[in-house]
Amino acid sequence: MRALGIIVVILTGAVLLYALGDFPSWADPTSPAHKHVSPAYIEKSLEQTSVPNIVTAVLADYRGYDTMFETTVIFGAGVVCFFLLRTPRKDRARVRRYRHVLTGMTIRVKETRKTPLVLEEFERIDTLWAPHDLIIKTACRILIPFIQLFALYVIAHGHHSPGGGFQGGVILGASLILLAISHDLRTALGRMSERLHAILCPIGVFIYAGTGALCLALGFNFLDYGALARILHVDPVTARSHGILIVEIGVGLAVMATMVWIYSNISSKGKYDEGL
Amino acid sequence: MIWQLDLAILTLVVVTAIGAIAVKDLLGSAILFGAYSFMMCLLWSIMGAVDVAFTEASVGAGVSTVFFVAAVFRTTRRTKD
Amino acid sequence: MSNLLSSIVDNYNYLIYIILMMIGLYAMIAKKNLVKKIVGMNVLQTAIILFYVSIGAKKGATIPIIQHGHGEGAHEMGASVIKAAEYINPLPHVLMLTAIVVAVATLGVALALAIKVYDRYQTLEEDEILAQIREK
Repeated sequence: MRALGIIVVILTGAVLLYALGDFPSWADPTSPAHKHVSPAYIEKSLEQTSVPNIVTAVLADYRGYDTMFETTVIFGAGVVCFFLLRTPRKDRARVRRYRHVLTGMTIRVKETRKTPLVLEEFERIDTLWAPHDLIIKTACRILIPFIQLFALYVIAHGHHSPGGGFQGGVILGASLILLAISHDLRTALGRMSERLHAILCPIGVFIYAGTGALCLALGFNFLDYGALARILHVDPVTARSHGILIVEIGVGLAVMATMVWIYSNISSKGKYDEGL
Repeated sequence: MIWQLDLAILTLVVVTAIGAIAVKDLLGSAILFGAYSFMMCLLWSIMGAVDVAFTEASVGAGVSTVFFVAAVFRTTRRTKD
Repeated sequence: MSNLLSSIVDNYNYLIYIILMMIGLYAMIAKKNLVKKIVGMNVLQTAIILFYVSIGAKKGATIPIIQHGHGEGAHEMGASVIKAAEYINPLPHVLMLTAIVVAVATLGVALALAIKVYDRYQTLEEDEILAQIREK
């Protein structure tokens, strides 16, 4: 297998190196990639959409169809991870572990339905338990609201600075993953339950496709945001800017829900009882 | 574009890529992959692709490394090759 | 031949991108551990994205965000102020944003599959898995 790998790599590398002779020299302003569609995007995007960030304008307005299906792809990946890994509740043995705080003794309790479980001096632990780490927990608890605020800033400010829906959505998901790592998975699931993941993810895709369908219902083309001018009572150019903001919010919601969903499925192997 | 900086970061990218697939410890491989991802982000900011660099920094050097470490934690850490 | 050699020396960064792609491709074919194959797949994907984004660079141009572009009446500034030669080509950036997000989605699915394989066969090495399948 190793010899086959080396042969394939050398052959492919030789073909690519042979094609290297025809490349335009690097950063040449007259290379063919800069000639056909891009000058129209650069020159016309500010006067047609009033969004200074050209990448956001092209991503959400001129090439909005691609972005809609990319959001569908990432929703599909979350659903696939869920179907692969999630084991249903009744297949697992309901055994919980508790640890006496004062003496350090651990007990295992099989959970039945009849007796309610109230243990004051015990704390609930996992299979691989580490002692309560004050510095990490306090630092993360202070940092996480600021991370989420920054993520909302990145989504909302995607028109004027680098950023947009994806980046903000991933940072929002990363803040919840930080909560799951620094405390434990049950704390993060208590803040944002599995049902909320599964509802928010298709709502994000629905916002995106719904905006396009709304423009279609108003008589314009699909995903032509100028149709929103009548609903929002602005001129068509500003309506395109607002339409870009709405679909970025949809994308951010979908990406955040998917990142946390995939993390909780992978790190708990589908059982949702203990994490990393 | 400063070619010395470009060449230095490209060398680091190649070194971390070779390191990520040659190390015998899967956790080390995941962390080297995070470093590789972050060097890529630096390359793109040098080239002026700020949106792509932002996305790669949050996705590659953030979430992707966490997925790898979670998967290595749930399977095995040693490997023979 | 000398034309090829001189063009290789001039475009040294394309050469390094090709080397990176070949490292990723070799890891996907020749490594026996499943997680190493997944790392190789991601190295290949990011190397291709790097190559594609480097096509869009322009000498002496700035990032594709138009200055003095915000506030009311921004869309009345018009095309007389903006020249295409002073901004980097935004089209490869847009296409590669999609590619990065698809790469992380593929990574999530691949790692879920690797966890399932480990549950079934108790190993992640390809030759041990094939031996266990053959002796059934």
